[in-house]
Amino acid sequence: MVETTSYRSNIMICAGTGCVANGSLKLKDALAIELIRRGLQNEVKIVLTGCNGFCAKGPVIVVYPEDIFYQQVKAEDVPHLVEEHFIKGRPVQKFLYTPPARTEAIPVMSEIPFFKHQVLRALRNRSLIDAEKIEEYIARDGYLAAGKALTEMTPEQIVTEMKSSGLRGRGGAGFLSGLKWELCARVPGEIKYILCNGDEGDPGAFMDRSIMEADPHSVLEGMIIAAKAIGAHYGYIYVRAEYPLAVSRLQLAIDQAMEQGLLGKDILGSGFDLDIEIYQGAGAFVCGEETALMASIEGKRGMPRAKPPFPAVKGLWQRPSVLNNVETFANVPPIILNGAEWFAGIGSEKSKGTKVFALSGALNNIGLVEVPMGIPLRTIIQDIGGGIKGNRKYKAVQLGGPSGGCIPESLLDTPVDYENINKTGAIMGSGGMVVMDETTCMPAMAKFFLEFTEDESCGKCVPCRVGNKTLLNILERITNGEGREGDIELLETLSLQVKESSLCGLGQTSPNPVLTTIRYFRDEYEAHIKEHRCPARVCTPLVKFVVDQEKCKMCGLCFKACPAGAIVWEKKKPAYIDPEKCTKCKSCIKACRFWSID
Amino acid sequence: MSQEPAAGVTETPNEGVDLRDMSIKPEMYRKIDRIIEKYRSRPGSLIPVLQQAQEVCGYLPDKVQRYIAAGLKISPSVVFGVATFYSFFTLVPRGKHVIRVCLGTACYVNRSEEIVDKLKEKLGIQVGEITKDGKYSIEAVRCLGACGLAPVVVVGQDTYGAVAATKVMDIVNKYE
Amino acid sequence: MAKLTIADLKKIKDEYRANQTLREGAFTVKVTVHMGTCGIAAGARGIMDTVMADLAASGRKDVVITTSGCAGLCSKEPMMTVERSGDSPVRYVALTPDKTHRIFAEHVMGGTAVKDFALVAGHETTY
Repeated sequence: MVETTSYRSNIMICAGTGCVANGSLKLKDALAIELIRRGLQNEVKIVLTGCNGFCAKGPVIVVYPEDIFYQQVKAEDVPHLVEEHFIKGRPVQKFLYTPPARTEAIPVMSEIPFFKHQVLRALRNRSLIDAEKIEEYIARDGYLAAGKALTEMTPEQIVTEMKSSGLRGRGGAGFLSGLKWELCARVPGEIKYILCNGDEGDPGAFMDRSIMEADPHSVLEGMIIAAKAIGAHYGYIYVRAEYPLAVSRLQLAIDQAMEQGLLGKDILGSGFDLDIEIYQGAGAFVCGEETALMASIEGKRGMPRAKPPFPAVKGLWQRPSVLNNVETFANVPPIILNGAEWFAGIGSEKSKGTKVFALSGALNNIGLVEVPMGIPLRTIIQDIGGGIKGNRKYKAVQLGGPSGGCIPESLLDTPVDYENINKTGAIMGSGGMVVMDETTCMPAMAKFFLEFTEDESCGKCVPCRVGNKTLLNILERITNGEGREGDIELLETLSLQVKESSLCGLGQTSPNPVLTTIRYFRDEYEAHIKEHRCPARVCTPLVKFVVDQEKCKMCGLCFKACPAGAIVWEKKKPAYIDPEKCTKCKSCIKACRFWSID
Repeated sequence: MSQEPAAGVTETPNEGVDLRDMSIKPEMYRKIDRIIEKYRSRPGSLIPVLQQAQEVCGYLPDKVQRYIAAGLKISPSVVFGVATFYSFFTLVPRGKHVIRVCLGTACYVNRSEEIVDKLKEKLGIQVGEITKDGKYSIEAVRCLGACGLAPVVVVGQDTYGAVAATKVMDIVNKYE
Repeated sequence: MAKLTIADLKKIKDEYRANQTLREGAFTVKVTVHMGTCGIAAGARGIMDTVMADLAASGRKDVVITTSGCAGLCSKEPMMTVERSGDSPVRYVALTPDKTHRIFAEHVMGGTAVKDFALVAGHETTY
């Protein structure tokens, strides 16, 4: 302990190398003179100490017994300090040290479930770099993987690395990327194309937009590596016209990379050439299908064609081509840099690495999350997503967009990977996860997706063009209260026929929302058809707009919410809806917390 | 694609709409000439040409489609086929302010259909139509990728998130 | 401009890291406004304007303002991260210009994080 017997105060001045360099000895002299001038030399003692480790803030002094820590005190500050602290007895704010522990009151990332379960690989640069500055990308190991692939690796080595990493296409189908590259690399040909699918069409998925906006160089770098592997010297990035910010940031990234010699001729002095161009889509969901996307780049209607020949053999302009999606390309550079083993170090048996999901719908936390493959669905929804908003009950999560399906509560422990999600009847798709609560009507949800696919079907093959339209017609009559006995079975049979006989992925998957909602929520379909009732009170023709006098808690919330003045209510009396005035706007149903209105 | 053939697209889509401001002016054709010139030698350039021509004219009437077909030396049926295939292209004029309501899944779950209903009621037009004064048109769009803000409405270039059906007219009225 | 080689990449990386690391004598505070589509739609542009104006008014030369794309938690946009040298970055959520003024005064200038608006401190787990 510090000796304080004969002095009321001790000033400890650091005389470590750092503080001496910062003038601590001069400070000591100035203090000694000032203490004498003020007649305090017998009350306040000056002590020189060794280094206390805060060299950056030197010269540092500590005043006992108050244990006050002053930093960066200069000789000329001494009169003021002595006057204030030792005569007036108040610490001088200006020199007080602010300890780093000041943020301790705020939880850290590892304490918050939203962040705790995430591992950022494809999104590795999110919130860390300025997307418009190539230097910031380079500072985070950017283009080092491209450099390695171009100068130290043969195409075969790249393909082998990719294959053993187990990276599967993040766009939906989950085809092994390395295998796709290998098929194309083996096809002889002077002209080949490397294509990036940024036509993120699944409603509810926005990870590709985010990557293109936040980290465009990671996509370019992935494409360079793939181009080397397959022997392509020209590439296109197909981006939705609905994503203007993504287009402008990608364009800027391409321009910067060209200027720095990271695209164009002789990249990084390796002798390898690659040009990349952006192609703006014009709005057609089917263009997410690879042959349709290629037709679109050729300036035609984006209609798919039968395979084989596969694009790896005959793709864009009849040349061998590889198409991967944005998230897949963003995953490539770290694999090349850190090795296949590193990548395969997390994930499940057949699904390696991480997957980005776009969480939306009835959750407390909405956003983009990147998690290891194999994580239970429940962890994503309850921990990361923070559970269902506003005291409601979970009903289903829709995975895979219009091609996917709805997963009920009973299957929430399903590990999230390609195989296990497929078993539920849904698909991974591009990773859109829309969570629904009890206020969503499942037949209406299926109808919503069928409206989408019916509208987006290109019309080339009959099963998709006519089959989806017929499915939609049946769903429309069910939700209108005109469902017939046998409609459920008809939906099931027709769905399977459409799936089996359609030409491309759109028709092969479009009945999935119908099939999964029937599989898990058959009772809702039956309620619509047999009881003419919509349990979620969504399908207006099936809602009676009558207050259940037994269930009514007489709270008056519906009365306040009604814009038409159609509700009669007095305190301590159940509400009543005047059918003459009711406009069927459902404001009362949304306001009622007790499901008292039918 | 369920888009109907746009017969008589140069005619007024709504009774009484004043299209004088939306007609195709001579300087627009000169701009289209320059676009065609730039792309003529490049294969597969029809879509960018149509995109840029639509930027110039605001929409792609029959006359403009035929003009582009002649310029690129392709059949008008090819141009019409592409212009009707993609939802980005419109064969009828749009309002001065285009109101786009997102009907993606996340917005749907957050009841964006009620916003469409409210707009239809207040503006007195259907989706894809234009108000009589030419000020507004309503479009229903697929996911805009801003699901975190659902339901989303875009007016012109401005995106509005978490829009309540009851408040949507307050937003629209800001655009004169 | 001369084309880069792999050695240049490493040099840029080192130089950039050296310059961007927050330390005495250079920048001591870094403010990142997260500006993806969600952020901008939620009002990130107004937050950026506020920070720029506050910084100009303060006359401080040791504060750097930068942007990034989507930070991932769309429902809590607009967001901003403040990192002071030697301290964990703090992420602020659901900002308004008024909240931003307070964060600028208390955290950027004063060094004390504003607990009321902060969601979390620290870095996310990247590989």
